[in-house]
Amino acid sequence: MSKLTIPKEEIMSSGHLACQGCAGALAMRYMLKVFGRKTMLAIPACCWSVIDGPWPYSAVSVPLFHTAFETAAIAASGLKAGLVAQGIDDVNVVAWAGDGGTFDIGFQAISGAAERNDNILYVVYDNEAYMNTGIQRSSATPYGAWTTTTPANHPKDRPKKDLVEILAAHRIPFVATASVAYPEDLIKKFEKAKNTKGFKLIHIFAPCPTGWKMPPELSIESARLAVQTRVFPIYEVENGVHYKLNINVKNPKPVGEYLKIQGRFRHLKEDDYKVIQGNVDREWKLLMRKVETFK
Amino acid sequence: MKKVILGDHAVSYGALLSRVQTIAAYPITPQTLIIERLSEMTANGESNAIFTKVESEHSAMASTVGSSASGARAFTATSSQGLALMHEMLHWAAGARLPIVMANVNRAMAPGWTIWTDQNDSLSARDTGWMQIYCQNNQEVLDSIILGYKVSEQVNLPTMVILDAFFLSHTAEGVDIPDIKEVDKFLPPYKPEIKMDINDPRSFGALTSPDVYMEFRYKMQESMDKAKEVITREGKEFGKMFGRKYGLVEEYRTEDADTILVASATVASTARAVIDEMREAGQKVGLLRIRVFRPFPTEEIVRVIGGKKKVIVIDRNISFGKTGIFFDEVKGAFYNYTGNKPPMFGYIAGLGGRDVTPKVIREIMDDAIKKDKPESEILWKGVKL
Repeated sequence: MSKLTIPKEEIMSSGHLACQGCAGALAMRYMLKVFGRKTMLAIPACCWSVIDGPWPYSAVSVPLFHTAFETAAIAASGLKAGLVAQGIDDVNVVAWAGDGGTFDIGFQAISGAAERNDNILYVVYDNEAYMNTGIQRSSATPYGAWTTTTPANHPKDRPKKDLVEILAAHRIPFVATASVAYPEDLIKKFEKAKNTKGFKLIHIFAPCPTGWKMPPELSIESARLAVQTRVFPIYEVENGVHYKLNINVKNPKPVGEYLKIQGRFRHLKEDDYKVIQGNVDREWKLLMRKVETFK
Repeated sequence: MKKVILGDHAVSYGALLSRVQTIAAYPITPQTLIIERLSEMTANGESNAIFTKVESEHSAMASTVGSSASGARAFTATSSQGLALMHEMLHWAAGARLPIVMANVNRAMAPGWTIWTDQNDSLSARDTGWMQIYCQNNQEVLDSIILGYKVSEQVNLPTMVILDAFFLSHTAEGVDIPDIKEVDKFLPPYKPEIKMDINDPRSFGALTSPDVYMEFRYKMQESMDKAKEVITREGKEFGKMFGRKYGLVEEYRTEDADTILVASATVASTARAVIDEMREAGQKVGLLRIRVFRPFPTEEIVRVIGGKKKVIVIDRNISFGKTGIFFDEVKGAFYNYTGNKPPMFGYIAGLGGRDVTPKVIREIMDDAIKKDKPESEILWKGVKL
């Protein structure tokens, strides 16, 4: 297999407004390296509404349409339809949204675009809460996490919504998880999405040091630990049924190693760790069954 | 070519003749016939538009916004609850300065469930930055779609073409369907100055501080003011080419009238018969139809009814806690008028599709004519209590 290279060209400039250690900013940098200048972005309300810079500035050298919170998928679809109607077929349109705009308020439009198999890439940079509004829980917030709307004495008591499975159920050509801690895998997935027609969704695990109450230098480490503890498996599903595990974790670390470096889990006790470990083990087993069944 | 068609199909033909490039729509009674016909037109190749069958009206407008931002001529149609659902994106379309044209079939808002006409759906969108055209017949519906693009693409604001549920949407009338080559001469392809373009990458709709936001809104108002001239000019131009002239308002037998009835949409077309009947009986009455509600034709209204003895406004809508909305705005137009202000009577009639027949209009006229001044701000017509 040929050695993977990450394109050198920077289409995102360094003068953006992201917090230190923002994985959402890093993810955009990688995506644009792969997608290049023949790309247009639709971005709903999310951290990236701020990161890109206020009018008249922009941190990306591609056209960007800021759109309403729940409309990333459909604004991108509309953009794509408009371009194709004008005979412009070679421009990629990417919807780029946070977890709130994806798992919650934008969910209906995503389901619509996925069901129609609209020819766009949807990327969710998932920092597991409404970070731009100041750390409120979303349906992507994991079990046990503190947020400003799930205080430490009543943390989130429901698991994270399983977005990839729901998208797989739409039988779209390509849906995958990815992580900024595994850039080679991330780049490959962007390339695959770029070369696949129809609706694609990449779910990127994107640590937020500000919202997770951890030092910025732990951003990549926490993302890597999420994979190594099997909290966030890296896999893909083609056409809704062909499961492939991209990063195998043969000897997982205990979940505590991932949880203990983040302030948002500081209130958890040993018993809570056990519950979370049990959940992670069960979900991994389920995923392995699918990988085995459909490989 | 003259054809007998429904109001909804007049919308479909208007979109076809405007060579719209994208359509995104969601079905709602009584708009469905519009999009069914457009589905046929795009399926059989009559229209080259890409039709996205979206999962909600909110997405219909969001999709239309995206397509328009890419530089395509974009179209959608809705009604009532659908318009309410897309309200957020109405602001987006206007704020992004996109020349979208949308048909809205006026249908009353639930609850209770209703599919019949009144104007509260579109008037709730009054302050979104859309131009609003209230049509009186199917011909005007078709023509206003074409005119809508012609005007919108010059002032960079969207147009809502409005037709009454059933009284137009499902009523067959003779409509002259112009030759598309003639329409091409009137409405050239859309060539925006600024659009989403990979060779000229820009960010659209980015964060604005209090230091800059207000100027964007100032410019929208400036364009609304300019739109009055453009609507008038293009309405005349359209008249020269197709024999049907359109303006901001339409006057009927107003010149020597001492009493003026103000109405819109199909109530106005029905009222014309009542005016004729009263004229025959020697009464000096006339009709002012408000065709364009946004931008509001203040000067035209004052010119026509200033100095008259009496003004009667019929509203098929209500601003709860105030009055009928056309009545309120017509009254407001006169606040700084230094001439003789006529007493104004504001009637509310026909909510939820209740018939406003010639008899109803005649009773309203007779009621107002016999009184010196209205006994209350709202005069309810035909309420059964």
